[in-house]
Amino acid sequence: MGSESLPNIPGIEAGLDRTPALKKTGTYLELVHDWVVTVDHKKLGILYISYALIFLLVAGAEALLMRIQLFFPHNTFVSPFTFNRLFTMHGTTMVFLVGMPILFGFGNYLVPLMIGARDMAFPRLNAFSFWISAFAGLLLYYSYIGGVGLSGTGSAPDVAWFAYAPLTSRAFSPGHTVDYWAVSIMASGVGSIGTAINILATVFCMRCKGMTLSRIPLLPWLYATVSFIVLVAVSPLTAAQAMLMIDRYLGGHFFDTQAGGSAILWAHFFWIFGHPEVYVLVLPAFAFANEIIPVFSRKAIFGYSAMVAASVGIAFISLSVWAHHMFTIGMTSFGNAFFTLSTMLVSIPTGIKTFNWLATIWGGKIRFATPMLFSIAFLFQWVIAGLTGIMLSISPWNWQTHNSYFVVAHFHYVLVGAIVFMIFAALYYWYPKITGRMLDERLGKWHFWLMVIGFHVTFDTMHFPGLLGMPRQIYTYEPDRGWTLLNQIVSVGGIIQAIAVLIFVWNMVRSYFRGAEAGPDPWDAWTLEWSTSSPPPVYNFVVDPVVASRRPLWDLKHPEDPDSAFE
Amino acid sequence: MATIPLEHVATESEWKQPSRGVVAMASLITAEASIFTIFVVAYLYYLGRDVSGPTPKQVLEVPIFGTVCLLSSSGFIMLAESAIEHGRIAAFRIWWSVTILLGAIFLTITGLEWYKLIVHDHLTVRTNLFGTTFYSLVGLHASHVVAGLLMMLAVLAFALTGHVRQEHAERIKVLGLYWHFVDAVWVVVFTVVYVVGR
Repeated sequence: MGSESLPNIPGIEAGLDRTPALKKTGTYLELVHDWVVTVDHKKLGILYISYALIFLLVAGAEALLMRIQLFFPHNTFVSPFTFNRLFTMHGTTMVFLVGMPILFGFGNYLVPLMIGARDMAFPRLNAFSFWISAFAGLLLYYSYIGGVGLSGTGSAPDVAWFAYAPLTSRAFSPGHTVDYWAVSIMASGVGSIGTAINILATVFCMRCKGMTLSRIPLLPWLYATVSFIVLVAVSPLTAAQAMLMIDRYLGGHFFDTQAGGSAILWAHFFWIFGHPEVYVLVLPAFAFANEIIPVFSRKAIFGYSAMVAASVGIAFISLSVWAHHMFTIGMTSFGNAFFTLSTMLVSIPTGIKTFNWLATIWGGKIRFATPMLFSIAFLFQWVIAGLTGIMLSISPWNWQTHNSYFVVAHFHYVLVGAIVFMIFAALYYWYPKITGRMLDERLGKWHFWLMVIGFHVTFDTMHFPGLLGMPRQIYTYEPDRGWTLLNQIVSVGGIIQAIAVLIFVWNMVRSYFRGAEAGPDPWDAWTLEWSTSSPPPVYNFVVDPVVASRRPLWDLKHPEDPDSAFE
Repeated sequence: MATIPLEHVATESEWKQPSRGVVAMASLITAEASIFTIFVVAYLYYLGRDVSGPTPKQVLEVPIFGTVCLLSSSGFIMLAESAIEHGRIAAFRIWWSVTILLGAIFLTITGLEWYKLIVHDHLTVRTNLFGTTFYSLVGLHASHVVAGLLMMLAVLAFALTGHVRQEHAERIKVLGLYWHFVDAVWVVVFTVVYVVGR
């Protein structure tokens, strides 16, 4: 049956679009118009990714400004007020305008291709979700010109990314900066929920023929899991922001302690969102690793069903750990014990995943291309981040290190060491598919090694000022605390990372024009996105794919030994 | 070698997947349920913590008639769904209109209740914690009723102009799911606000 529906050409050639590409004759304005009105999942994915990369540079610059300020004790490079704005904007930007959009961007681009669909389930909802998220970013940054902050000192939000009550009340945050913050996060939340709904509907309803649930590649599976977490965890944040706006605009008393309200309830609501959010960001990183590690080890993923089960397990456990961010707020000993134990429970499914990746690499014929290098660094760094996570989950230890640089180092180990590294790996891996050009391997190696060195110089060192008692979110410190040298090392590492990122930006720009032609399948990979041309035509596949195993391209390339014979 | 192993056991002769409308609506309902959960938790947490009156016991009356209207509308929308599925367009129009009417009655009763609370009992969002949480939770639900009514009115407009046909039964069912959710949430809100909270 399959041989009738496909042209009689063996291998992936069958799926390629052989019609000559149309010459772009449109004017510049038509090109812009084309991108603004597009509902194509690939274009929206590219828009998401580019938008996130721009904000990555912005938020990275904010981090560098903070590191310059902390280079010397009693430094006056920026004012305390500016510093408060910098860490608030850095955190908010990185989570809502970098992390979520870039991961949704990859999801948008890859999920339909990997399940053999023509587009997402709801293309127009998809466009809406992107543009409302883009609006959220503009709104947040407009506050630099439009808002008035704490004590009337001006501009951007300065309440930290978790914005604890009652700092956000009218009395302590006059002006409109908190409003910009809250509304922009609500808007980005609407976009996230829209995309989550879209991804779930796509994964479960748009699969090509033969792709049963147990044959979906791991990336769409993990994106479906992430979308579920977004539905149940981002919505509470939207609800909490609505309450904050009711307090600020209608004179409500949700977080007003003088009228019987509770500031602690805000902390609960925020972290009910805040902790699952970590998994919203890290599961896509896992998804990239699930695709990249097998291809560069030349082995099928080890423990497919265990991987799926572990991801779903993480999704559920992540919903019951939030109060480990709040041990110092004061809970009953039962509460402390519950959240310590539930937090430690996370290490079971994550451990399963780590061992499965190791088992995939074990005995493989490893190719150390840049995507694989980033993936290997990710494995090490993710494990170390997990180990400090276990330390922090123990409430007595947490009481000692809460809100110190130890915590900052821990979560940056996750966010940079695991997530950003896997985002780089994913960009190196899928850039050829998206643009049709390979990224330069030599620049890639420079990028990788500088990034690894810079990362470890910064974030390994950052644990120690935390253990010596340096709290987070302080704009300066005394010279006699013994933190000076450590802070200087951290700052130097930050600059090394910035250089690495600039090399990457240069690599992306240069390779777009001068990179080697990628061809449809440069990595000799196995999932459906590599069966079509690079970049794929608008309709993705010339012939609707039919799959018989988890690695359809392996089957095509090795008809003598297909995976489908073993299912 | 020449054959491509894609023909592998063509058992999937009929390739069926869930309806994307139903999956998307189920996802939306999951998200909405989380939002309601947060507001319900806030309501219960702040119950009896007011530092000033009025309290729920003093001012709230149980809206039995409104509740009966809203909950029974779920039954009528099912009649409408079944009518369109069997192509009985006239019956569909009737049951659909009854559903909208019952929803509108519920909304009117909520409006009258709020009028009484604001004008006679001087309870606003600003007054105390009870006011804040009550108007937020009931208002959140009422806004969902409004959204549901607007969507159903749009369908009614199409139905009266003859644009709704049997093949739209599934879309009607998806909208019906939303309305069932709005009714089910009212069971929770009613229990929390008028039974437990009073």
